[in-house]
Amino acid sequence: MQRPFLSGPKQGELRCFKDTMYHKEKSIQIKNSASALYNNLSVLRIAPRRLTYFTVVHANVVNTVSASWDGLNYSHRQLQSKEPNVATSTSLIMQAAFCVLPSRDLLVVSSQKGIQMYESDGSIMVYWHALDTPEAPTAQAVFARGISAVSDNYICVGVSSGAVLVFDIPSKGSNITLSEVLEEHKEAITDIASECSGSQECLANLVTADDGGNMCVWKSGEEFQLLNKIPGFDITCSSVKLWKGTVLAGYGTGQIRLYEAVTGILHAEVNAHARWIYSLDIAPFSGLLLSAAEDSFVRVWHVSMTPETNNVEIAHLHNECVTDTQICGAKFCDGDGYAFAVTGYDLSEIIRLPSDEPGHSNGKWAAVTGQTWLRTDNIELLEKY
Amino acid sequence: MSLRTLPLVFINLGGEMLYILDQRLRAHNTSEDKSEKGVWSESDRRRVLNDIVGTMFSKSFMDELLKPQQLYSHRTMKTVLTRLAHTSIMRLNPASMDRLYELMIMAFKYQVFLCPRPKDLLLISYNHIDTIREFVRDTPVVMNQVDETHRNIIEVYSSLSEGQFQLLRQTLLIFFQDMHIRVSLFLKNQIQNPSGRFVLTTSGPVPYGADVPGLIRTFDLRGREVSRSEFPPGGTYSGLVREGSFDLNGDRVLRLGRNLYRVEHPEETQTSRTPSGQRDSTPNPLAKEELNQLARLMGSMKAENVPKREPRFRINLFTTDQEEEAASGGEQEAMFQVINIQAVQDQQAASELARIAGQFTDEEEKLENPSSNKGDDLLAMMDDL
Repeated sequence: MQRPFLSGPKQGELRCFKDTMYHKEKSIQIKNSASALYNNLSVLRIAPRRLTYFTVVHANVVNTVSASWDGLNYSHRQLQSKEPNVATSTSLIMQAAFCVLPSRDLLVVSSQKGIQMYESDGSIMVYWHALDTPEAPTAQAVFARGISAVSDNYICVGVSSGAVLVFDIPSKGSNITLSEVLEEHKEAITDIASECSGSQECLANLVTADDGGNMCVWKSGEEFQLLNKIPGFDITCSSVKLWKGTVLAGYGTGQIRLYEAVTGILHAEVNAHARWIYSLDIAPFSGLLLSAAEDSFVRVWHVSMTPETNNVEIAHLHNECVTDTQICGAKFCDGDGYAFAVTGYDLSEIIRLPSDEPGHSNGKWAAVTGQTWLRTDNIELLEKY
Repeated sequence: MSLRTLPLVFINLGGEMLYILDQRLRAHNTSEDKSEKGVWSESDRRRVLNDIVGTMFSKSFMDELLKPQQLYSHRTMKTVLTRLAHTSIMRLNPASMDRLYELMIMAFKYQVFLCPRPKDLLLISYNHIDTIREFVRDTPVVMNQVDETHRNIIEVYSSLSEGQFQLLRQTLLIFFQDMHIRVSLFLKNQIQNPSGRFVLTTSGPVPYGADVPGLIRTFDLRGREVSRSEFPPGGTYSGLVREGSFDLNGDRVLRLGRNLYRVEHPEETQTSRTPSGQRDSTPNPLAKEELNQLARLMGSMKAENVPKREPRFRINLFTTDQEEEAASGGEQEAMFQVINIQAVQDQQAASELARIAGQFTDEEEKLENPSSNKGDDLLAMMDDL
């Protein structure tokens, strides 16, 4: 994405720019529409090759698109759950997510059958783990859901039983092993997130969430250590992020809550959406938070922390409404949060914002202190800065 | 995914089917076609509804559905629903059944899509059951079956968590994915766009138990609120909604699932395909498992509800037989036409009653006698449809 060549703003200085200064990106068409699944979009930015990968799940198929930064080249690939000839309903995929490790990037696909790991372009499958299926059919559905890389060499995947599988990933090759099974949750895992601020100081570096809204906070290692449990109140936590020691959680009631990970202290609570939240994402360099829900809204927030006072604040910046669409995935396309991408149920495109296509609202850009550029149509916030 | 979808799917799809058949059979009494064709009398209509409800809510059929199992494919679903419809004195040709199925599916898709909380799927189901109970009020035996089934449903589903209901809903949304058939009643009521997508308003009440979006609260270390601020949610939401009743009787509050076809206008059941929205109809080979499920389900729709020696009446899709034949051959063109569903009692068939009754009896005997390869029989039967 091209940025204008300008000197940075001085402390407290405010500048506004028209949208036309920024390069807008078109929607990307995908081969099938997105299914209504939590966190149904994953984005991998590959700077050396000036490419971004996107992945979206449709029933038993994973659609991956590789988009060049100049907007000229798009290449599509589809991956299917391990047994393609079985009736669709038995091989449904719950989630597909890119996992970034120091030495390699992998695409992890979790389904009713088990877990598959591919090279990030989807070209080769490097590992397959089958879920234990019960002998006699029970009323409980069996599936894997919730995917995250953590520290330098682990990938964690959740299971419908509440177990979290920890895989040990070598720096190359397919000698991936199941290192540990964490059994703290009693309900199906919904989402897993690792500490993404890059800070080595954080004690906790993993959070796991389940259908009942309960969250567990962990420290990774040869044996993962449970640091804290944050109770839910039978309200599903569908999406979770961990940033600078703060858990950011999105719930089925449309609320977002910010907790201190190791103590469980509630910092803030936002009545953010009118329907079930399906996706949260954080831009680690700027503290921008993205929330998306079935109410057709994507909202951008700014999370700020004052370490001296242990104060965590969240401010609303921007709304985008994707008309008549229940959003199921929303991710920033870069670590600063300059742009984000959105998927919706029954929609066969990945919408990228900012955008000049009709149907998407546009706000004013504003520059704030330091290097962070934020986008907002909240006039009060502009004055504050 | 969810193994508990089938009972709700049949109650709701079956319910929609009954709403439409009820409306079509009533409408015929007032339509201009009365001149040439026969009419369906009030008692005929009641008989059709009683027969179908009696089979659908029979203990053996419901017990089969209540077993934990995956959702069927559309092909299987349509086969079973056709068989259900044919337990009455009414006969639907394949083209009629296709159109009827489209209407049923789009109605249920609308209800699931707009369902405020996942648990409200039960209220939608209960709305259908309430109306079905009204249809069969004059037949105590059938009404008792409906009550008994309703009690079973309450018992089975009361233990599901909100997260499990959402999984159920997500499974249904995958089932409905990419279907955008336009229904004239929905277009007229402005709940569907000309594109075939449903309208998702950004105003109205939030689901029971959720908060109106727009509030941010922050807390100190002791959990006391230290600040409150508001943000513009981009829609106009209200918080005043009562919870509907989940008991055998009571005000469901939620309107989804009520009978939209109460008004007697024939055009209400017109459907048309959106030009680009043709679903891939190449049949997948049915998994063996699904054939077995189908066999069990058909078997459970047993003899006592199937009147063997009664006169049967065909329902024509079009007003003349010639048009029917043309329609079954020219599917490409049919995509762009608006198609009426009319229930017309065929006077010509009256003189061939004995022959027709005999034919259907023979078919039934073929189905009920297990052959060495049950799978082939079922496939053959489905090909006939």
